[in-house]
Amino acid sequence: MPILRKPDPARRAAPMRLRGMLRKEARQIIRDPSSIAIAFVLPVLLLLLFGYGISLDAKHVPLGIVVESPSPEAAAFAGAFEQSAYLSPQRFGTIQEAELALITHRVDGIVWLRSDFEEKLLAGAEAPIGVIINGVDANTAHIIEGYVNGAWLSWLQHHAAAQGVEQTLPVQLQQRIWFNAELRSQNFLVPGLIAVIMTLIGALLTAMVVAREWERGTMEALMVTPVTAKEILLGKLLPYFMLGIGGLALSVGMAVWQFNVPLKGSLPILFISSSLFLIASLGMGLTISTVARNQFVAGQVAIIVTFLPAFMLSGFIFDINSMPRAIQIVTYLLPARYYVSILQTIFLAGNVWKVILLNSLALILFCAFFLGVARKRTVKRLD
Amino acid sequence: MWTHLKALIIKELLAVLKDKKSRLVLIAPPLIQLIVFGYAATYDLNHIRYAVLNEDRGAASRELLARFEHSETFDCIAQLDGDAQIAPEIDNKRVLLILRIPSDFSRKLALGQSASLQANVDGRNSNTAMLILNDVQSVVSSFNTSWMNEHGGGTLPARLAVRSWYNPNLVSRWFIVPGIVGLLTLLVTLLITALSVAREREAGTFDQLLVTPLHPSEILLGKALPAVIIGLMEATVIILIIVFWFKVPLLGSLLALYIGLLLFLLSSIGVGLMISSLAVTQQQGLLGAFLFFVPAIILSGFSTPIANMPALLQKLTLINPLRYFLVILRGVFLEGASVGLLWPQFWPMALIGVICMVMAGKLFRHRMA
Repeated sequence: MPILRKPDPARRAAPMRLRGMLRKEARQIIRDPSSIAIAFVLPVLLLLLFGYGISLDAKHVPLGIVVESPSPEAAAFAGAFEQSAYLSPQRFGTIQEAELALITHRVDGIVWLRSDFEEKLLAGAEAPIGVIINGVDANTAHIIEGYVNGAWLSWLQHHAAAQGVEQTLPVQLQQRIWFNAELRSQNFLVPGLIAVIMTLIGALLTAMVVAREWERGTMEALMVTPVTAKEILLGKLLPYFMLGIGGLALSVGMAVWQFNVPLKGSLPILFISSSLFLIASLGMGLTISTVARNQFVAGQVAIIVTFLPAFMLSGFIFDINSMPRAIQIVTYLLPARYYVSILQTIFLAGNVWKVILLNSLALILFCAFFLGVARKRTVKRLD
Repeated sequence: MWTHLKALIIKELLAVLKDKKSRLVLIAPPLIQLIVFGYAATYDLNHIRYAVLNEDRGAASRELLARFEHSETFDCIAQLDGDAQIAPEIDNKRVLLILRIPSDFSRKLALGQSASLQANVDGRNSNTAMLILNDVQSVVSSFNTSWMNEHGGGTLPARLAVRSWYNPNLVSRWFIVPGIVGLLTLLVTLLITALSVAREREAGTFDQLLVTPLHPSEILLGKALPAVIIGLMEATVIILIIVFWFKVPLLGSLLALYIGLLLFLLSSIGVGLMISSLAVTQQQGLLGAFLFFVPAIILSGFSTPIANMPALLQKLTLINPLRYFLVILRGVFLEGASVGLLWPQFWPMALIGVICMVMAGKLFRHRMA
């Protein structure tokens, strides 16, 4: 009688074991509301806070205007500033008062028309207009300088028109701003924020949860079951991946409807590249927790290596090209860097394949790396 | 009382510093982050990659372009031949700026008419785009002035003479780097204090502490003072690095700086202990610390000005101790501020600190009952 070869029972049981792991993890998530809160409540809160709290659009900048001797010309000049939507001018009688206001931060800049302004203007000599700006916040100072410059240029035109001559500047600058014509900073900050928030959530979610299993000893309980290390990791990864995608969908919806960021590219491509990023950051969380094996250290490491680096080094707010070479190299080690680039492009510019594919490739490498390390460190052995 | 406290401080310091992993977490990352972020955190543009599409063959356009080539801020990386090349160059982020000079540029200038220069800017990062346009405008303005001088176009009726106080070259690093003192001090003190009670609760040593003759306020002080000591030391090291490594000028009074630092430590430790006494597990403590830390950074004016926020969020910043400490840091470093000028920043931090400490003490006692 021929001996029937029995199929390997361990192999046949594999899908069943994975299903069991997934069911266990899903139940664990549902019964512990904290991970659902991390995945859904946290992104909404953070996006609202960041989206409104971070803005580089300086509006109603308090500006002191000093007119030492009132004259129609000086009044016309000061009028040019009052019309700007970006400046809110205040009049001061003397430069000393205005300087005191600058020192005590009541104004951010001063425009100073000396007593000989009209005299020089009428004589055809270039009348100097003093501009003093508080330079501590250099970026805002640059922006204020741009506003003052714009008000001055528009005054030049009006002044020439009032004199009945056409002021012809030799070269006129014609601006064409691509992708974000009105230069709303939210349009580039909010997509970048999604990357920062997803980094946090992905890593925090897995880092804390897995470290907790090690600490409570439930990981050891898992090890005596026939479940393989690969299945343990997959069982952890898949449910949190679904949670993360949910949080992501929520964030994208808020970016479009709450913050009115245009979404020029296609949604499926956004979700495919986002999945890659999510797997990379979940993998990072898994790696942290399997290496640390202790909630205290895992949590500290997760906060230190996720939030601040993603905030400062991903190009979400500080331009990477302006950083020194050595720091630029460090930014290549951050998954968030590639994702920020993808998000800003898909939201504002559309499906630019070269940008999307190159950055996605980098994300795939990160997925492979982190999952590989996590797999290697999750050995079914108790030390 | 004093011997009690001394013993407690030594115990708490040991608890924080004896474990190699936690010692490492407290000391190494802040210093690495200071160096990395200190270099990374800049809004200043240098080496703006741009391309040129020059349809004009005249001398005037070459003269204008030469000014861009000689500027340190701009890096020309391509000459384009046609309009069709503009979009892909910008889409693929090869360049941030494309200067397009129309074919009638030199002819118009020679006739005394206005010629145009078209600047195409990648607006994906609106801040960068605005700064690039400002830089282009200033090159154009200086070209205009010298063109009018040389070719008799007359003079402008008035011109701007811009000066900036406190930071004459408008280096944005000078603005960001002093703020890192506040950022990292907050991170370190929160990590020390927010988890300290929860960790003892989980380990069961908190009960042992309770059966000792120590008064709850002594336990509180015993938890607070080591954090003050560690915070003071870390902040001092960071300040030294900022002054001697990053060469940010420190113009104001050290007294004002350290009064500010002490009050900031008081308030941030107060917040940390409050979180700690509310948390039952370490995970809750960590989540609490994190939920305080992230908004505290965003709503402090560290990276973007508070004045740009909506009115409601601006009000919310008033309960954030970091907001006040940043004004002190920047004031003392760059503006040469003295104690007298900083009172409006001192008292709110003191108030926040005292309220949080009292609350933490109350919660302590409440949990003990």
